[in-house]
Amino acid sequence: MFSGFMWNAWEVGTMVAIVGGVVGFFVVLRGSSFPAHAIPNGAFAGAAGANLIGINPLIGLGVFSFAAALGIGGLARRGRADAVTALALVMMLALGAAFLSLSTQYEPQIFSLLFGEILGVSANEIAPVIVLGAVCIIAVAVLYRPLLLASIAPDVAAARGLRPQRLEIAFLIVIACATTMTVPVVGALLIFTLMIGPSAAAQCFTNRAGRAIVGSVAIALLTIWMALACAYESNWPVGFYVSVFSAVWYGVGRGYAAWNTGLRNARATPVTTADAFTMS
Amino acid sequence: MHFILEPGFFSNGPVRTALIIGGVTAIVSAVVGVFVVIRSQAFAGHALTDVATTGGSAAFFFGLSPLLGFIGGGVIGAGAMDLIGVQRERGRDVATGIVLGTALGLAALFLYLDTTKSASTGATQQILFGSIFTLDPSTVPLVIGLSAVALAIITSINRPLLMSSLSADLTRARGINLRAIGVLFMIAMAVSVGLSSIAVGSILSTALLIGPAASSVRVARSLRPALVMAAALGVAATWLGILFAYDSFYWVPSSQGLPVSFFIVSLIFLCYLVTGIPFVGRGFRAATSRQRDVSEESA
Repeated sequence: MFSGFMWNAWEVGTMVAIVGGVVGFFVVLRGSSFPAHAIPNGAFAGAAGANLIGINPLIGLGVFSFAAALGIGGLARRGRADAVTALALVMMLALGAAFLSLSTQYEPQIFSLLFGEILGVSANEIAPVIVLGAVCIIAVAVLYRPLLLASIAPDVAAARGLRPQRLEIAFLIVIACATTMTVPVVGALLIFTLMIGPSAAAQCFTNRAGRAIVGSVAIALLTIWMALACAYESNWPVGFYVSVFSAVWYGVGRGYAAWNTGLRNARATPVTTADAFTMS
Repeated sequence: MHFILEPGFFSNGPVRTALIIGGVTAIVSAVVGVFVVIRSQAFAGHALTDVATTGGSAAFFFGLSPLLGFIGGGVIGAGAMDLIGVQRERGRDVATGIVLGTALGLAALFLYLDTTKSASTGATQQILFGSIFTLDPSTVPLVIGLSAVALAIITSINRPLLMSSLSADLTRARGINLRAIGVLFMIAMAVSVGLSSIAVGSILSTALLIGPAASSVRVARSLRPALVMAAALGVAATWLGILFAYDSFYWVPSSQGLPVSFFIVSLIFLCYLVTGIPFVGRGFRAATSRQRDVSEESA
């Protein structure tokens, strides 16, 4: 289980979980699940396009995910953010369908771009993952304070002269960066579930931003490690285990939050970091 | 003329089926979509296509009717989202994300099992992307019947639905059960999305649900014109897209043609961009003031 190709999977999986946990904290806090789903899912079209004209899929993915981030961020200024995200997603997918129809794409490749082929990661794919992952983490660290403020108290952030729309675009670019790094190796599904489930669970357990980030990284790591072990034993897709384990963690978190606040005043949503910061 | 209408367009059986099913789907999606856009539930609307796709791949695995799988998957997914909080303002986004993630994980499993069970290649592609040209004509009556069900639900709850979308407090004050309205709407949305996912594929399902509605809500001043305009835009984009796709068999050297979804989505996207231009879309009036117009007219 720890030899050869599996060792690559452990390394890549660990890196993806760390980035997913850190970026996911802000995805859940800001309610950006839809862009976090749309950018990786649509960006796979870029890989298909790159395949068609014979360049490195990583470039195609990068171009598409950055274009998606800028497009969603730019169009959302003048329209409804959720409708714009949906339209950007379908436009990218339609382009992907056109690229696939022009090339003689082999079907399993679609499957692996969407659902990931982490067990087939080769050694030379690890370096870009680590570099892009580091870029993501550094970007989040730089944006940390303004992003936290803008996510929790947009009014205060605006009063302090921060521009929420610029921050939003910057954050979408971080998601695009995480996408470029992860989709070729783990697929669009896996990075999405690793961003949402563990972070949402962690925010049920604690009110503090720092602890929530550490918690979501820890839960994401546990999820991917358990998923890799199960996938290795059973031969079923890794993405299936990751999504199921993420959902289970979220269920545990919701249960804990409900138990903690007491059944008497069980609240609609668990106390999140946002409450703690607006109260203090 | 020869370049616009390549020979045999109207005498082609699959094309005729595609025109009928595409038109019906576009109308139902647009009508449901107007409410989806007003209620800001585009994420749920999109997530339901993927959930329905999971139902489809499960049905394929268990050998059940795919239509049953798509609709059943959609309704179960809508129920799960409602249960863990899609109706609530906060946590709605995360709840949708969790349901979507789980559904996609199950889809990965079923598609994997499908490919190992039978050597039928093309299952992944067909379930994911669908094709309007490969529809079985015998499903036409069923699709039209279920579309009528979705439309009937929407029509019967349209007044309280619109009111609850604009002002929850006002609706509650009138003694209307918000939760029941929300659940009925989710069911109508699940049926409509499930149908369109199987009829035209998951890409087009989201495009037809959100695109025409988002464009028309930008322009129209009240609900009825918004509904009519959304339906007209949806049908126009679908039929033009089918025409272009049919013609493209003659354009592209490989004579393989480009997918119909590419043309329809491009037309819809273009339409959304055009309605955003100030003179066309009556400027950048805040969405809320436009909503107030709608509610005043209907009140």
